[in-house]
Amino acid sequence: MISVENVSFNYPSGPEVLHDMNLRINDGEFVAIMGENGAGKTTLVKMFNGLLKPVRGRVLIDGVETHQKSVAQLSRDVGLIFQNPDHQLFAETVQGELAFSLRNFGFSEDVIQRRVTNLLTALDLERYATSSPFVLSGGERKRVALAAILVWDPKHVIMDEPTIGQDYLQKDRLRHFIMQLKSQEKTVVIVTHDVEFVAECKPRVILLSQGKVIADGSAVDILTNRRLVEQSSLVMPQIASLMNNLNSLHAPPGIIDAYSAREFLKDKLRRAVTTRPPPER
Amino acid sequence: MDLSFTYAGADKPSMENVDLSIEKGEFVILTGPSGCGKTTFCRCLNGLIPNFYAGDLRGELKVDGIDVRGKSTAELATHVGFVFQNPENQLFSLSVERDVAFGLENLGIPREEALKRVEWAMEVTGILNLRNKAPYELSGGQQQRAAIAGVLAMRPGIIVLDEPTSFLDPKSAEEIVAVIAKLNQELNLTTLLVEHRLDVVSKYANRVIVMDKGKVALDGPPGEIYGDEARLIGIGLPRVTMLFHLLRRDGFQVKKNPTTVQQAAEELNRMLNQ
Repeated sequence: MISVENVSFNYPSGPEVLHDMNLRINDGEFVAIMGENGAGKTTLVKMFNGLLKPVRGRVLIDGVETHQKSVAQLSRDVGLIFQNPDHQLFAETVQGELAFSLRNFGFSEDVIQRRVTNLLTALDLERYATSSPFVLSGGERKRVALAAILVWDPKHVIMDEPTIGQDYLQKDRLRHFIMQLKSQEKTVVIVTHDVEFVAECKPRVILLSQGKVIADGSAVDILTNRRLVEQSSLVMPQIASLMNNLNSLHAPPGIIDAYSAREFLKDKLRRAVTTRPPPER
Repeated sequence: MDLSFTYAGADKPSMENVDLSIEKGEFVILTGPSGCGKTTFCRCLNGLIPNFYAGDLRGELKVDGIDVRGKSTAELATHVGFVFQNPENQLFSLSVERDVAFGLENLGIPREEALKRVEWAMEVTGILNLRNKAPYELSGGQQQRAAIAGVLAMRPGIIVLDEPTSFLDPKSAEEIVAVIAKLNQELNLTTLLVEHRLDVVSKYANRVIVMDKGKVALDGPPGEIYGDEARLIGIGLPRVTMLFHLLRRDGFQVKKNPTTVQQAAEELNRMLNQ
Protein backbone atom coordinates (compact mmCIF):
# COMPACT_ATOMS: atom_id res chain seq x y z
CA MET A 1 0.00 0.00 0.00
CA ILE A 2 1.14 3.53 -0.78
CA SER A 3 0.05 6.15 1.78
CA VAL A 4 0.63 9.85 1.52
CA GLU A 5 -0.08 11.63 4.81
CA ASN A 6 -0.21 15.43 5.10
CA VAL A 7 2.62 15.78 2.63
CA SER A 8 3.97 19.17 1.65
CA PHE A 9 6.99 19.66 -0.53
CA ASN A 10 9.12 22.39 -2.01
CA TYR A 11 12.37 22.15 -3.93
CA PRO A 12 15.24 23.91 -2.13
CA SER A 13 14.51 27.66 -2.02
CA GLY A 14 11.54 27.12 -4.39
CA PRO A 15 7.85 27.67 -3.79
CA GLU A 16 5.75 24.91 -2.27
CA VAL A 17 4.61 22.50 -5.02
CA LEU A 18 2.60 20.01 -2.95
CA HIS A 19 0.30 21.28 -0.22
CA ASP A 20 -0.79 19.06 2.64
CA MET A 21 -1.62 16.14 0.40
CA ASN A 22 -3.37 12.98 1.55
CA LEU A 23 -4.08 9.84 -0.40
CA ARG A 24 -3.95 6.09 -0.19
CA ILE A 25 -3.44 3.58 -2.99
CA ASN A 26 -4.18 -0.06 -2.16
CA ASP A 27 -2.29 -3.09 -3.45
CA GLY A 28 -3.57 -4.23 -6.83
CA GLU A 29 -5.20 -0.90 -7.65
CA PHE A 30 -4.83 0.80 -11.01
CA VAL A 31 -4.68 4.56 -10.63
CA ALA A 32 -4.18 7.42 -13.08
CA ILE A 33 -2.82 10.67 -11.70
CA MET A 34 -3.95 13.53 -13.93
CA GLY A 35 -3.81 17.32 -13.84
CA GLU A 36 -2.42 20.35 -15.66
CA ASN A 37 1.27 20.93 -16.46
CA GLY A 38 2.96 21.84 -13.19
CA ALA A 39 0.19 20.40 -10.99
CA GLY A 40 2.74 18.35 -9.02
CA LYS A 41 2.13 14.92 -10.56
CA THR A 42 5.76 13.98 -11.23
CA THR A 43 6.88 15.44 -7.89
CA LEU A 44 4.31 13.27 -6.15
CA VAL A 45 5.35 10.00 -7.78
CA LYS A 46 9.03 10.69 -7.17
CA MET A 47 8.11 10.44 -3.47
CA PHE A 48 6.96 6.86 -3.96
CA ASN A 49 10.44 5.43 -4.46
CA GLY A 50 12.09 7.95 -2.17
CA LEU A 51 13.79 10.02 -4.87
CA LEU A 52 12.18 12.96 -3.11
CA LYS A 53 11.31 13.01 0.57
CA PRO A 54 8.47 15.11 1.98
CA VAL A 55 9.37 18.39 3.66
CA ARG A 56 6.37 17.92 5.95
CA GLY A 57 4.21 14.86 6.48
CA ARG A 58 5.17 11.33 5.47
CA VAL A 59 4.97 8.77 2.67
CA LEU A 60 4.66 5.11 3.62
CA ILE A 61 5.27 2.16 1.32
CA ASP A 62 3.77 -1.03 2.73
CA GLY A 63 3.72 0.60 6.15
CA VAL A 64 7.34 1.79 6.17
CA GLU A 65 8.23 5.46 5.98
CA THR A 66 10.35 6.37 2.94
CA HIS A 67 12.68 8.33 5.23
CA GLN A 68 13.85 5.04 6.73
CA LYS A 69 15.04 3.48 3.49
CA SER A 70 17.43 4.29 0.66
CA VAL A 71 16.22 4.76 -2.90
CA ALA A 72 17.97 1.49 -3.80
CA GLN A 73 16.05 -0.41 -1.10
CA LEU A 74 12.74 1.21 -2.01
CA SER A 75 13.27 0.61 -5.72
CA ARG A 76 13.17 -3.12 -5.17
CA ASP A 77 9.46 -2.74 -4.37
CA VAL A 78 8.61 0.46 -6.23
CA GLY A 79 9.57 0.59 -9.89
CA LEU A 80 9.45 4.13 -11.25
CA ILE A 81 9.65 4.58 -15.01
CA PHE A 82 10.62 8.11 -15.97
CA GLN A 83 8.91 10.23 -18.55
CA ASN A 84 12.09 10.66 -20.54
CA PRO A 85 13.72 7.27 -21.24
CA ASP A 86 17.07 8.93 -21.91
CA HIS A 87 17.35 9.71 -18.20
CA GLN A 88 17.41 6.02 -17.57
CA LEU A 89 19.09 4.18 -20.43
CA PHE A 90 22.83 3.70 -20.65
CA ALA A 91 23.73 0.11 -21.63
CA GLU A 92 25.20 -0.92 -24.98
CA THR A 93 22.41 -3.31 -25.89
CA VAL A 94 18.75 -3.59 -25.07
CA GLN A 95 19.22 -6.95 -23.37
CA GLY A 96 22.17 -5.56 -21.42
CA GLU A 97 19.92 -2.77 -20.22
CA LEU A 98 17.43 -5.28 -18.87
CA ALA A 99 20.00 -7.62 -17.36
CA PHE A 100 21.92 -4.87 -15.55
CA SER A 101 19.70 -4.48 -12.51
CA LEU A 102 19.10 -8.21 -12.20
CA ARG A 103 22.84 -8.83 -12.00
CA ASN A 104 23.04 -6.15 -9.31
CA PHE A 105 20.26 -7.81 -7.39
CA GLY A 106 22.24 -11.06 -7.62
CA PHE A 107 19.92 -13.22 -9.71
CA SER A 108 21.39 -16.31 -11.38
CA GLU A 109 22.19 -16.13 -15.10
CA ASP A 110 19.47 -18.55 -16.18
CA VAL A 111 16.80 -16.59 -14.28
CA ILE A 112 18.13 -13.39 -15.85
CA GLN A 113 18.01 -14.93 -19.30
CA ARG A 114 14.45 -16.13 -18.84
CA ARG A 115 13.12 -12.88 -17.44
CA VAL A 116 14.81 -10.74 -20.08
CA THR A 117 13.40 -12.88 -22.87
CA ASN A 118 9.89 -12.84 -21.40
CA LEU A 119 9.81 -9.09 -21.08
CA LEU A 120 11.26 -8.39 -24.49
CA THR A 121 8.48 -10.52 -25.95
CA ALA A 122 5.76 -8.92 -23.84
CA LEU A 123 6.77 -5.43 -24.94
CA ASP A 124 7.38 -6.27 -28.60
CA LEU A 125 11.12 -5.69 -28.38
CA GLU A 126 12.60 -9.14 -29.15
CA ARG A 127 13.98 -8.04 -32.49
CA TYR A 128 16.04 -5.33 -30.80
CA ALA A 129 17.65 -7.54 -28.13
CA THR A 130 21.17 -6.93 -29.42
CA SER A 131 20.63 -3.37 -30.75
CA SER A 132 21.84 -0.27 -28.95
CA PRO A 133 18.93 1.48 -27.21
CA PHE A 134 20.07 4.69 -28.87
CA VAL A 135 19.32 3.65 -32.45
CA LEU A 136 15.70 2.98 -31.50
CA SER A 137 12.84 5.43 -31.96
CA GLY A 138 11.52 7.50 -29.06
CA GLY A 139 8.55 5.20 -28.55
CA GLU A 140 10.73 2.11 -28.62
CA ARG A 141 13.24 3.54 -26.14
CA LYS A 142 10.34 4.24 -23.85
CA ARG A 143 9.34 0.60 -23.94
CA VAL A 144 12.93 -0.46 -23.22
CA ALA A 145 12.91 1.82 -20.16
CA LEU A 146 9.68 0.21 -19.01
CA ALA A 147 11.02 -3.31 -19.57
CA ALA A 148 14.24 -2.48 -17.69
CA ILE A 149 12.22 -1.72 -14.55
CA LEU A 150 9.56 -4.42 -14.85
CA VAL A 151 12.25 -7.06 -15.27
CA TRP A 152 12.98 -7.12 -11.52
CA ASP A 153 9.31 -7.55 -10.79
CA PRO A 154 8.60 -4.66 -8.41
CA LYS A 155 5.39 -4.88 -6.43
CA HIS A 156 4.31 -1.32 -7.24
CA VAL A 157 4.78 -0.04 -10.79
CA ILE A 158 4.76 3.71 -11.37
CA MET A 159 4.87 5.02 -14.95
CA ASP A 160 5.28 8.69 -15.78
CA GLU A 161 3.51 9.43 -19.09
CA PRO A 162 3.81 5.91 -20.54
CA THR A 163 1.76 6.64 -23.68
CA ILE A 164 3.83 9.51 -25.07
CA GLY A 165 5.23 8.60 -28.47
CA GLN A 166 3.33 5.29 -28.56
CA ASP A 167 1.12 4.51 -31.51
CA TYR A 168 -2.31 2.97 -31.14
CA LEU A 169 -1.24 -0.67 -31.28
CA GLN A 170 1.45 -0.07 -28.70
CA LYS A 171 -1.03 1.70 -26.43
CA ASP A 172 -3.36 -1.24 -26.77
CA ARG A 173 -0.52 -3.56 -25.88
CA LEU A 174 0.33 -1.35 -22.91
CA ARG A 175 -3.28 -1.48 -21.78
CA HIS A 176 -3.33 -5.28 -21.87
CA PHE A 177 -0.01 -5.36 -20.12
CA ILE A 178 -1.29 -3.13 -17.32
CA MET A 179 -4.34 -5.39 -16.93
CA GLN A 180 -1.98 -8.34 -16.66
CA LEU A 181 0.05 -6.58 -13.94
CA LYS A 182 -3.18 -5.82 -12.14
CA SER A 183 -4.23 -9.45 -12.27
CA GLN A 184 -0.92 -10.28 -10.58
CA GLU A 185 -2.04 -8.03 -7.71
CA LYS A 186 0.48 -5.36 -8.58
CA THR A 187 -0.26 -1.72 -7.95
CA VAL A 188 -0.09 0.28 -11.17
CA VAL A 189 0.08 4.06 -11.04
CA ILE A 190 0.33 6.07 -14.24
CA VAL A 191 0.83 9.80 -14.57
CA THR A 192 -0.85 10.87 -17.79
CA HIS A 193 -2.45 13.58 -19.89
CA ASP A 194 -3.87 11.01 -22.25
CA VAL A 195 -7.63 11.29 -21.65
CA GLU A 196 -8.45 8.80 -24.41
CA PHE A 197 -6.18 6.17 -22.88
CA VAL A 198 -7.80 6.74 -19.49
CA ALA A 199 -11.28 6.60 -21.07
CA GLU A 200 -10.41 3.17 -22.44
CA CYS A 201 -8.72 1.72 -19.34
CA LYS A 202 -11.06 3.31 -16.79
CA PRO A 203 -8.74 3.35 -13.77
CA ARG A 204 -9.40 5.24 -10.56
CA VAL A 205 -8.44 8.84 -11.28
CA ILE A 206 -6.72 11.13 -8.80
CA LEU A 207 -6.92 14.67 -10.13
CA LEU A 208 -4.32 17.21 -9.02
CA SER A 209 -4.36 20.93 -9.50
CA GLN A 210 -1.78 23.37 -8.16
CA GLY A 211 -0.33 20.87 -5.73
CA LYS A 212 -3.60 19.65 -4.26
CA VAL A 213 -5.90 16.70 -4.81
CA ILE A 214 -9.06 18.26 -6.24
CA ALA A 215 -10.91 15.06 -7.06
CA ASP A 216 -10.56 11.32 -6.59
CA GLY A 217 -12.99 8.93 -8.26
CA SER A 218 -13.83 6.84 -11.30
CA ALA A 219 -12.59 7.79 -14.77
CA VAL A 220 -16.20 8.21 -15.87
CA ASP A 221 -17.16 10.56 -13.04
CA ILE A 222 -14.11 12.73 -13.44
CA LEU A 223 -13.75 12.89 -17.22
CA THR A 224 -17.42 13.79 -17.73
CA ASN A 225 -17.40 16.50 -15.07
CA ARG A 226 -17.10 19.69 -17.09
CA ARG A 227 -15.98 21.81 -14.15
CA LEU A 228 -13.17 19.44 -13.12
CA VAL A 229 -12.05 18.90 -16.71
CA GLU A 230 -11.84 22.66 -17.20
CA GLN A 231 -10.08 23.34 -13.90
CA SER A 232 -7.30 20.86 -14.57
CA SER A 233 -6.75 21.76 -18.25
CA LEU A 234 -7.99 18.42 -19.52
CA VAL A 235 -10.45 17.92 -22.34
CA MET A 236 -13.38 15.53 -22.36
CA PRO A 237 -12.85 12.28 -24.24
CA GLN A 238 -14.17 12.64 -27.81
CA ILE A 239 -16.88 10.06 -27.27
CA ALA A 240 -18.12 11.83 -24.12
CA SER A 241 -18.37 15.09 -26.11
CA LEU A 242 -20.21 13.26 -28.87
CA MET A 243 -22.76 11.91 -26.38
CA ASN A 244 -23.23 15.41 -24.96
CA ASN A 245 -23.73 16.66 -28.47
CA LEU A 246 -26.47 14.10 -29.09
CA ASN A 247 -28.40 14.89 -25.93
CA SER A 248 -31.69 14.03 -27.60
CA LEU A 249 -30.54 10.39 -27.47
CA HIS A 250 -30.54 10.44 -23.65
CA ALA A 251 -27.37 8.38 -23.46
CA PRO A 252 -26.78 6.98 -19.98
CA PRO A 253 -23.74 8.47 -18.21
CA GLY A 254 -20.58 6.44 -18.48
CA ILE A 255 -20.18 6.23 -22.26
CA ILE A 256 -16.70 7.63 -22.72
CA ASP A 257 -15.05 5.18 -25.11
CA ALA A 258 -15.79 3.93 -28.63
CA TYR A 259 -16.69 0.39 -27.55
CA SER A 260 -19.39 1.34 -25.06
CA ALA A 261 -20.70 3.96 -27.51
CA ARG A 262 -20.96 1.24 -30.14
CA GLU A 263 -23.07 -0.98 -27.86
CA PHE A 264 -25.41 1.89 -27.04
CA LEU A 265 -25.74 3.17 -30.61
CA LYS A 266 -26.19 -0.28 -32.12
CA ASP A 267 -29.38 -0.60 -30.18
CA LYS A 268 -30.59 2.92 -31.01
CA LEU A 269 -29.80 2.54 -34.70
CA ARG A 270 -31.55 -0.85 -34.97
CA ARG A 271 -34.61 0.65 -33.36
CA ALA A 272 -34.51 3.61 -35.75
CA VAL A 273 -34.42 1.19 -38.67
CA THR A 274 -37.32 -1.01 -37.45
CA THR A 275 -39.57 1.88 -36.42
CA ARG A 276 -39.09 3.69 -39.68
CA PRO A 277 -42.39 4.10 -41.55
CA PRO A 278 -42.64 1.96 -44.70
CA PRO A 279 -41.75 3.83 -47.89
CA GLU A 280 -44.74 5.46 -49.58
CA ARG A 281 -46.00 3.95 -52.81
CA MET B 1 12.65 11.81 -54.21
CA ASP B 2 13.45 8.17 -53.63
CA LEU B 3 14.98 9.01 -50.26
CA SER B 4 16.53 6.29 -48.09
CA PHE B 5 18.59 6.46 -44.92
CA THR B 6 20.35 3.87 -42.79
CA TYR B 7 21.76 4.97 -39.42
CA ALA B 8 25.39 4.02 -38.84
CA GLY B 9 25.37 0.75 -36.92
CA ALA B 10 21.82 -0.21 -37.90
CA ASP B 11 21.38 -3.25 -40.09
CA LYS B 12 18.47 -1.98 -42.17
CA PRO B 13 17.27 1.38 -43.47
CA SER B 14 15.01 3.48 -41.20
CA MET B 15 13.55 5.09 -44.26
CA GLU B 16 13.28 3.55 -47.70
CA ASN B 17 12.46 5.05 -51.10
CA VAL B 18 10.32 7.85 -49.76
CA ASP B 19 8.87 9.78 -52.67
CA LEU B 20 6.72 12.78 -51.96
CA SER B 21 6.34 16.49 -52.46
CA ILE B 22 4.69 19.04 -50.22
CA GLU B 23 3.41 22.27 -51.75
CA LYS B 24 3.75 25.78 -50.36
CA GLY B 25 1.17 26.50 -47.66
CA GLU B 26 0.01 22.92 -47.12
CA PHE B 27 -0.85 21.69 -43.62
CA VAL B 28 0.33 18.10 -43.52
CA ILE B 29 0.16 15.60 -40.68
CA LEU B 30 2.85 12.95 -40.74
CA THR B 31 1.95 9.92 -38.67
CA GLY B 32 2.64 6.22 -38.34
CA PRO B 33 3.60 3.59 -35.78
CA SER B 34 6.58 4.23 -33.52
CA GLY B 35 9.77 3.47 -35.41
CA CYS B 36 8.19 3.99 -38.86
CA GLY B 37 10.71 6.60 -39.98
CA LYS B 38 8.82 9.85 -39.28
CA THR B 39 11.54 11.46 -37.20
CA THR B 40 14.21 10.24 -39.61
CA PHE B 41 12.40 11.96 -42.50
CA CYS B 42 12.13 15.22 -40.53
CA ARG B 43 15.81 15.11 -39.60
CA CYS B 44 16.63 15.10 -43.31
CA LEU B 45 14.64 18.25 -43.94
CA ASN B 46 16.88 20.47 -41.84
CA GLY B 47 20.13 18.67 -42.52
CA LEU B 48 20.48 17.02 -39.11
CA ILE B 49 20.78 14.00 -41.34
CA PRO B 50 23.47 13.60 -42.62
CA ASN B 51 25.29 16.42 -40.79
CA PHE B 52 24.80 15.18 -37.22
CA TYR B 53 23.52 11.65 -37.54
CA ALA B 54 26.00 9.52 -39.38
CA GLY B 55 24.74 6.98 -41.87
CA ASP B 56 24.02 6.27 -45.49
CA LEU B 57 21.69 8.77 -47.21
CA ARG B 58 20.50 7.99 -50.72
CA GLY B 59 18.15 9.73 -53.10
CA GLU B 60 17.35 13.40 -53.57
CA LEU B 61 15.73 15.95 -51.27
CA LYS B 62 14.94 19.55 -52.16
CA VAL B 63 13.66 22.10 -49.69
CA ASP B 64 12.48 25.39 -51.19
CA GLY B 65 14.14 24.20 -54.38
CA ILE B 66 17.52 23.77 -52.67
CA ASP B 67 19.32 20.46 -52.57
CA VAL B 68 19.87 19.85 -48.84
CA ARG B 69 22.91 17.71 -49.35
CA GLY B 70 26.07 19.65 -48.60
CA LYS B 71 24.13 22.46 -46.91
CA SER B 72 24.79 23.23 -43.27
CA THR B 73 22.02 23.00 -40.70
CA ALA B 74 22.47 26.74 -40.05
CA GLU B 75 21.85 27.57 -43.71
CA LEU B 76 18.78 25.36 -43.80
CA ALA B 77 17.43 26.89 -40.59
CA THR B 78 16.31 29.99 -42.51
CA HIS B 79 14.23 27.74 -44.76
CA VAL B 80 12.99 25.08 -42.38
CA GLY B 81 12.13 25.77 -38.75
CA PHE B 82 12.17 22.84 -36.37
CA VAL B 83 10.15 22.48 -33.17
CA PHE B 84 10.84 19.50 -30.95
CA GLN B 85 8.71 17.39 -28.64
CA ASN B 86 10.07 18.77 -25.44
CA PRO B 87 10.42 22.58 -25.35
CA GLU B 88 12.91 22.24 -22.50
CA ASN B 89 15.39 20.86 -25.01
CA GLN B 90 15.09 23.99 -27.08
CA LEU B 91 15.00 26.84 -24.55
CA PHE B 92 17.99 27.83 -22.46
CA SER B 93 18.30 31.64 -22.16
CA LEU B 94 17.45 33.74 -19.15
CA SER B 95 14.45 35.39 -20.74
CA VAL B 96 11.91 34.50 -23.38
CA GLU B 97 12.93 37.46 -25.48
CA ARG B 98 16.61 36.41 -25.49
CA ASP B 99 15.59 32.92 -26.44
CA VAL B 100 13.49 34.08 -29.36
CA ALA B 101 16.38 36.30 -30.51
CA PHE B 102 19.04 33.62 -30.18
CA GLY B 103 18.83 32.17 -33.67
CA LEU B 104 18.87 35.62 -35.29
CA GLU B 105 21.95 36.69 -33.33
CA ASN B 106 23.70 33.59 -34.56
CA LEU B 107 22.85 34.44 -38.14
CA GLY B 108 24.26 37.94 -37.66
CA ILE B 109 21.03 39.72 -38.55
CA PRO B 110 21.35 43.51 -37.92
CA ARG B 111 20.00 44.57 -34.53
CA GLU B 112 17.15 46.73 -35.83
CA GLU B 113 15.83 44.01 -38.08
CA ALA B 114 16.31 41.36 -35.38
CA LEU B 115 14.32 43.37 -32.82
CA LYS B 116 11.49 43.81 -35.29
CA ARG B 117 11.37 40.13 -36.05
CA VAL B 118 11.50 39.10 -32.40
CA GLU B 119 8.65 41.47 -31.62
CA TRP B 120 6.62 40.08 -34.50
CA ALA B 121 7.30 36.44 -33.61
CA MET B 122 6.26 36.98 -30.00
CA GLU B 123 3.13 38.74 -31.13
CA VAL B 124 1.92 36.08 -33.56
CA THR B 125 2.48 33.36 -30.95
CA GLY B 126 0.79 35.40 -28.22
CA ILE B 127 3.68 35.67 -25.75
CA LEU B 128 4.46 39.42 -25.74
CA ASN B 129 3.50 39.55 -22.07
CA LEU B 130 6.05 36.87 -21.22
CA ARG B 131 9.10 38.53 -22.74
CA ASN B 132 11.01 39.04 -19.48
CA LYS B 133 10.17 35.72 -17.91
CA ALA B 134 12.70 32.93 -17.66
CA PRO B 135 11.71 29.85 -19.66
CA TYR B 136 11.61 27.70 -16.51
CA GLU B 137 8.95 30.01 -15.05
CA LEU B 138 6.61 29.23 -17.94
CA SER B 139 4.02 26.50 -18.27
CA GLY B 140 4.64 23.79 -20.84
CA GLY B 141 2.28 25.41 -23.33
CA GLN B 142 3.95 28.79 -22.95
CA GLN B 143 7.37 27.19 -23.38
CA GLN B 144 6.25 25.55 -26.58
CA ARG B 145 4.95 28.91 -27.86
CA ALA B 146 8.33 30.46 -27.08
CA ALA B 147 10.06 27.65 -28.97
CA ILE B 148 7.78 28.25 -31.97
CA ALA B 149 8.44 32.02 -31.79
CA GLY B 150 12.21 31.39 -31.84
CA VAL B 151 11.79 29.34 -34.98
CA LEU B 152 9.45 31.85 -36.65
CA ALA B 153 11.85 34.72 -36.05
CA MET B 154 14.14 33.07 -38.59
CA ARG B 155 11.31 33.56 -41.14
CA PRO B 156 11.36 30.04 -42.51
CA GLY B 157 8.92 29.14 -45.28
CA ILE B 158 8.47 25.70 -43.77
CA ILE B 159 7.92 24.65 -40.19
CA VAL B 160 8.37 21.07 -38.99
CA LEU B 161 6.96 20.16 -35.59
CA ASP B 162 7.83 16.78 -34.12
CA GLU B 163 5.03 15.88 -31.70
CA PRO B 164 4.96 19.40 -30.26
CA THR B 165 2.06 18.67 -27.93
CA SER B 166 3.06 15.40 -26.35
CA PHE B 167 4.36 16.93 -23.11
CA LEU B 168 1.44 19.32 -22.78
CA ASP B 169 -1.82 18.93 -20.94
CA PRO B 170 -4.74 18.47 -23.33
CA LYS B 171 -5.97 22.04 -23.13
CA SER B 172 -2.52 23.52 -23.81
CA ALA B 173 -2.16 20.98 -26.61
CA GLU B 174 -5.35 22.22 -28.27
CA GLU B 175 -4.20 25.81 -27.93
CA ILE B 176 -0.80 25.09 -29.49
CA VAL B 177 -2.36 23.26 -32.41
CA ALA B 178 -4.72 26.22 -32.92
CA VAL B 179 -1.72 28.60 -32.94
CA ILE B 180 0.00 26.39 -35.53
CA ALA B 181 -3.13 26.34 -37.70
CA LYS B 182 -3.45 30.10 -37.48
CA LEU B 183 0.19 30.60 -38.55
CA ASN B 184 -0.32 28.19 -41.43
CA GLN B 185 -3.33 30.20 -42.61
CA GLU B 186 -2.10 33.72 -42.01
CA LEU B 187 1.52 33.34 -43.09
CA ASN B 188 0.94 30.68 -45.71
CA LEU B 189 3.56 28.75 -43.77
CA THR B 190 4.08 25.22 -45.06
CA THR B 191 3.45 23.04 -42.03
CA LEU B 192 4.54 19.48 -41.39
CA LEU B 193 3.20 18.23 -38.08
CA VAL B 194 4.32 14.86 -36.76
CA GLU B 195 1.59 13.54 -34.49
CA HIS B 196 0.12 10.40 -32.97
CA ARG B 197 -2.79 12.24 -31.42
CA LEU B 198 -4.91 12.58 -34.52
CA ASP B 199 -8.02 13.49 -32.53
CA VAL B 200 -6.50 16.89 -31.72
CA VAL B 201 -5.07 17.79 -35.12
CA SER B 202 -7.32 16.29 -37.77
CA LYS B 203 -9.70 19.19 -38.08
CA TYR B 204 -6.96 21.52 -39.30
CA ALA B 205 -4.98 19.42 -41.75
CA ASN B 206 -5.71 19.11 -45.45
CA ARG B 207 -3.48 16.12 -45.89
CA VAL B 208 -2.29 13.13 -43.87
CA ILE B 209 0.76 11.06 -44.73
CA VAL B 210 1.03 7.70 -43.00
CA MET B 211 4.45 6.07 -42.89
CA ASP B 212 4.96 2.43 -42.05
CA LYS B 213 8.22 0.46 -41.93
CA GLY B 214 10.17 3.34 -43.44
CA LYS B 215 7.85 3.84 -46.41
CA VAL B 216 4.92 6.08 -47.28
CA ALA B 217 1.88 3.83 -46.85
CA LEU B 218 -1.00 6.28 -47.29
CA ASP B 219 -1.29 9.89 -48.43
CA GLY B 220 -4.47 11.98 -48.79
CA PRO B 221 -7.16 14.04 -46.98
CA PRO B 222 -7.96 12.83 -43.42
CA GLY B 223 -11.47 11.56 -44.23
CA GLU B 224 -10.12 9.32 -46.98
CA ILE B 225 -7.04 8.13 -45.14
CA TYR B 226 -8.69 7.08 -41.92
CA GLY B 227 -9.93 3.75 -43.26
CA ASP B 228 -9.30 0.13 -42.44
CA GLU B 229 -5.79 0.14 -43.79
CA ALA B 230 -4.78 2.98 -41.47
CA ARG B 231 -6.30 1.10 -38.55
CA LEU B 232 -4.33 -2.03 -39.41
CA ILE B 233 -1.08 -0.10 -39.60
CA GLY B 234 -1.85 0.91 -36.05
CA ILE B 235 -2.27 4.67 -36.21
CA GLY B 236 -4.42 6.22 -33.51
CA LEU B 237 -7.55 7.19 -35.36
CA PRO B 238 -9.71 9.85 -33.71
CA ARG B 239 -12.10 7.99 -31.39
CA VAL B 240 -15.17 9.17 -33.31
CA THR B 241 -13.68 7.76 -36.52
CA MET B 242 -13.03 4.49 -34.71
CA LEU B 243 -16.62 4.37 -33.50
CA PHE B 244 -17.83 4.60 -37.09
CA HIS B 245 -15.49 1.78 -38.11
CA LEU B 246 -17.11 -0.35 -35.42
CA LEU B 247 -20.62 0.57 -36.56
CA ARG B 248 -19.75 -0.23 -40.15
CA ARG B 249 -18.46 -3.60 -39.02
CA ASP B 250 -21.83 -4.15 -37.33
CA GLY B 251 -23.49 -3.74 -40.71
CA PHE B 252 -24.75 -0.17 -40.52
CA GLN B 253 -24.69 2.00 -43.63
CA VAL B 254 -22.05 4.58 -42.81
CA LYS B 255 -21.56 7.09 -45.61
CA LYS B 256 -18.73 9.24 -44.29
CA ASN B 257 -15.64 8.79 -42.15
CA PRO B 258 -16.14 11.55 -39.59
CA THR B 259 -12.90 12.96 -38.22
CA THR B 260 -14.35 15.41 -35.68
CA VAL B 261 -17.05 15.28 -32.99
CA GLN B 262 -19.14 17.74 -35.01
CA GLN B 263 -19.07 15.61 -38.16
CA ALA B 264 -19.80 12.47 -36.16
CA ALA B 265 -22.85 14.08 -34.52
CA GLU B 266 -24.19 15.16 -37.92
CA GLU B 267 -23.70 11.74 -39.45
CA LEU B 268 -25.36 9.99 -36.50
CA ASN B 269 -28.33 12.32 -36.65
CA ARG B 270 -28.68 11.55 -40.31
CA MET B 271 -28.53 7.80 -39.66
CA LEU B 272 -31.05 8.00 -36.85
CA ASN B 273 -33.54 10.18 -38.70
CA GLN B 274 -33.30 9.00 -42.26
